[in-house]
Amino acid sequence: MSGVRVLVGTRKGAFVLTSDGKRERWDVSGPHFAGWEIYHVKGSPADPNRLFASQTSGWFGQIIQRSDDGGKTWTQPGTPPGEPTTGPGGMPKGESNKFQYDSSSETGKPLTTHQFYDGTQHPWEFKRVWHIEPSLTDPDTVYAGVEDAALFRSKDGGKSWQELSGLRGHGTGPKWQPGAGGMCLHTIVLDPGNPQRMFIAISAAGAFRTDDGGKTWRPINKGLNSPYIPDPTAEVGHCVHRIAMHRSRPGVLFMQKHWDVMRSDNAGDLWQEVSGNLPTDFGFVIDVHAHEPETVYVVPIKSDGEHFVPDGKLRVYRSRSGGNEWEALTKGLPQKDCYVNVLRDAMAVDSLDKCGIYFGTTGGQVYASADAGDNWAPIVRDLPAVLSVEVQTLP
Amino acid sequence: MIRVVLPSHLRALAHVRGDVELEIEGPATQRAVLDALEARYPMLRGTIRDHVTQERRAFLRFFACAEDLSHEPPDAPLPDAVASGAEPLLIIGAIAGG
Repeated sequence: MSGVRVLVGTRKGAFVLTSDGKRERWDVSGPHFAGWEIYHVKGSPADPNRLFASQTSGWFGQIIQRSDDGGKTWTQPGTPPGEPTTGPGGMPKGESNKFQYDSSSETGKPLTTHQFYDGTQHPWEFKRVWHIEPSLTDPDTVYAGVEDAALFRSKDGGKSWQELSGLRGHGTGPKWQPGAGGMCLHTIVLDPGNPQRMFIAISAAGAFRTDDGGKTWRPINKGLNSPYIPDPTAEVGHCVHRIAMHRSRPGVLFMQKHWDVMRSDNAGDLWQEVSGNLPTDFGFVIDVHAHEPETVYVVPIKSDGEHFVPDGKLRVYRSRSGGNEWEALTKGLPQKDCYVNVLRDAMAVDSLDKCGIYFGTTGGQVYASADAGDNWAPIVRDLPAVLSVEVQTLP
Repeated sequence: MIRVVLPSHLRALAHVRGDVELEIEGPATQRAVLDALEARYPMLRGTIRDHVTQERRAFLRFFACAEDLSHEPPDAPLPDAVASGAEPLLIIGAIAGG
């Protein structure tokens, strides 16, 4: 019987939640990496037992963890326990945690500065990995979106990482600037129909697309309107929070921007607002139903100043028309005295029939709906603040 | 033989319990100790000092013999009591956050 595995990253460790296809009874394992911030955990579509986790700490920096047994055991891919600590030629292992910006002259024009809070130019400094995106076809290839904003790729299962410096060096980098959460590359969307195309998003720079496998990039922010920057329709500078795609229609993108829910029908060449009747168009998450490419989910957040749900009510909003007309989904969700946030990587969908929807809150709850959002129930209520939620549908 | 005490998170990461004992060739300095530590436990590379700049991470401190050695030059000799193994070099995660 099919099942699901929900991968949860929190402020104080990772948790793996598993259930059968009914999604009624759950087994909870964790905390893995207790005490560390787990920004993201995601499994390889090509090998569901292979998981990658971003483990990070203000004290100790960045660690990449990998599991090859569905989250039961974990190792750092560069240094499996019991193996020699040096590789061929005596070179030390342990490079799996090393994210070094490309400064070579051979691989493009890597920039060394971006705009800082005070308006001066500031050198890029690696902080952490926000998002891990495994390849759709190769379990050894995985992408990492990092702060300060850049895109890295590993082709050896996470043992070593190389920057795709054409993004940072394409020309607009000096205009990128950090948002309140830092200058992070937080969204990576791979095109299932075109391995040369991928989309990324940066706060606060905007959305970008490559059509040549990551060598060259261009901003795709036309149609965005951000009154909080000097030129509201600038080429870059927009605070994009999240982009989602349905795999059957990779040219259609949905975006939750800092303010505004947006849609593009031409792979980001032009965006139009589809916020419609939402109670507020501020928010972080956005995702698409696994079987209905026009069914979209968001969780409106009251404002950028308060960062909690409006009116003390936790409501997921669903549009069955690709935006503009939205309905509140409330059954099983708290409708009184609730003041949580749902962060950008903390919503996911499974591919069972009916489609399951999952999200985690800063209050430590992970909610699931086994019927596309009509009814909700908490899987767990009292985890540390949830940073990310991913779901694997298992055979 | 030099003894090093790691913070609990790094002990877990390196799969060690208790003090780490290291043999150092040449003068006992912070750099020599950290080089030896990272050679034996490569998973600690980048967790104590930056991968690239080799600078101490901001929220870590080096204590020994009731002294804070965090701002000593990396090639300065460690106290004799540390070099002889009588006292450990303590790598401390700063208490921060209230």
